Amino acid sequence: MKTALALGVLTVAVAAMTHRVAAQTPAPAPAWAVPGEEVVDPYAVSDANAGATPLADRAVFEAFHGKAGIDRIIDDLVDRSFTDPRTKDIFVAFDRVRIKRTLSEQVCHVLGGGCAYTGRDMAAAHKDMGLVGSDMNALVENLQLAMDREGVPFGAQNRLLAKLAPMKREMSTR
Amino acid sequence: MRIFHSLALAVASVLALAGSARAADLRPQSKLLLTGGVSNVEGAGGGGLASWATTTGYGAAQGVGANLHATGAKLDDYELRSWGAAAGLFDRVEVSYARQAFDTGKTGALLGIGKGFTFHQDIWGAKAVLVGDAIYDQDRLLPQIAVGVQHKNNDRDGLVAALGARSDKGTDYYLAATELLLAQSLLINGTVRSTAANQFGLLGFGGPNGGRSTQVEGSVAWLASKRLAFGAEYRSKPDNLAFARENDAVDVFAAYALNKNLSVTAAYVDLGDIATFKNQRGLYLSLQAGF
Ligand code: HEM
Repeated sequence: MKTALALGVLTVAVAAMTHRVAAQTPAPAPAWAVPGEEVVDPYAVSDANAGATPLADRAVFEAFHGKAGIDRIIDDLVDRSFTDPRTKDIFVAFDRVRIKRTLSEQVCHVLGGGCAYTGRDMAAAHKDMGLVGSDMNALVENLQLAMDREGVPFGAQNRLLAKLAPMKREMSTR
Repeated sequence: MRIFHSLALAVASVLALAGSARAADLRPQSKLLLTGGVSNVEGAGGGGLASWATTTGYGAAQGVGANLHATGAKLDDYELRSWGAAAGLFDRVEVSYARQAFDTGKTGALLGIGKGFTFHQDIWGAKAVLVGDAIYDQDRLLPQIAVGVQHKNNDRDGLVAALGARSDKGTDYYLAATELLLAQSLLINGTVRSTAANQFGLLGFGGPNGGRSTQVEGSVAWLASKRLAFGAEYRSKPDNLAFARENDAVDVFAAYALNKNLSVTAAYVDLGDIATFKNQRGLYLSLQAGF
């Protein structure tokens, strides 16, 4: 895991350096990317980008049915976000494959599941989207529906929401 | 109860309003279920007895929300009814109106004012959020804080004066702090109120024992699910009149949101002694319809 991460950081760093000259040829995909994922502009990879410290108590991660449960929830959430009339126009221009992977990593990391988060920080990821409070509420509602579908108890759902809620300040105006 | 009938009619017009708010791209119904509180006894967004720092309805920072409510409480010797309307604007401001009816029923005859004698009161309210975001500031201890005003006008001027009240009109000012502890699924509210109201104003304002004083309100609610909350509340009241003692009020409640258009609150309230009749307790039922 560690070596893969180091390798990845290296790839990103190299990509950053060669970015100008190699503008025509796409940068190689980092080690953690999944098939079908678009390559994004380089950034510094760090768990701190997840925007919240992990929960110490494993019970919540287990209530989410581990990484497999989180994958199902995020799959559902992201699919809902791409079809919900309240959010689809924001999502349409972006890479569904990557969002699913990084969002699932983030939730797993925050719930103390031991996953590394390899995505961008919340301010960078949502820059220029013009997100407002009602976008956030729409996403939270869809996340609640996805967690309900996975059978996550309401109290455990709220443990995650309490971690995610303050991130609103990083990504939206109000 | 009669008031619930006229509510049905009013719901239709509110829903039509919701449609036009959507057409105007005001993003209605974008807040999460129950997060505006329900309509309390004075028509403000809160619990049953307390006014909270949240704004009513389902309009978030970019939208407006509005609702109508009808409430009835059957106490041992009296009946309290109320209906009203409220709107929340941009998650910052709330305006409300409520009309309360305090029906003395058979007790009216025993009090010598006539069977079915009913006091009415109009309450005009406004509330503004000063700081904080109860829902999203989960990493901060600072609660959402709001200031509010409620202007009350009683229609039984002569009688409340005869009972010893100094006025049939009065204005309450309050400061409310609401904190949602999401990780614990708990909502906590504390409010301080400056008021001279006797029995919420239904028996006038001020009296031989005093005028304006500072009173407190507290609510604790446990969120059992997205739609269902259970809670308990306490509210202190002045004791200004000489002919009868006034006590503090408590309630336990359950609030259920069927969806963003309809919620029901059921409570068991204890308003204490009212006009010499002891221990006025009973069932409180409130319907709220809006967007
Ligand atoms: C607490 C709430 C939210 C969290 C935790 C969150 C988390 C994330 C994460 C982890 C990523 C991936 C970053 C990366 O791949 O480097 C992402 C990207 C994205 N998010 Fe969010 N997000 C939230 C709210 C929202 C909302 C409200 C919207 C819009 C309605 C939104 C729209 C997007 C879009 C379109 C992307 C793709 C950006 C890109 O690929 O460049 N997010 N979000």
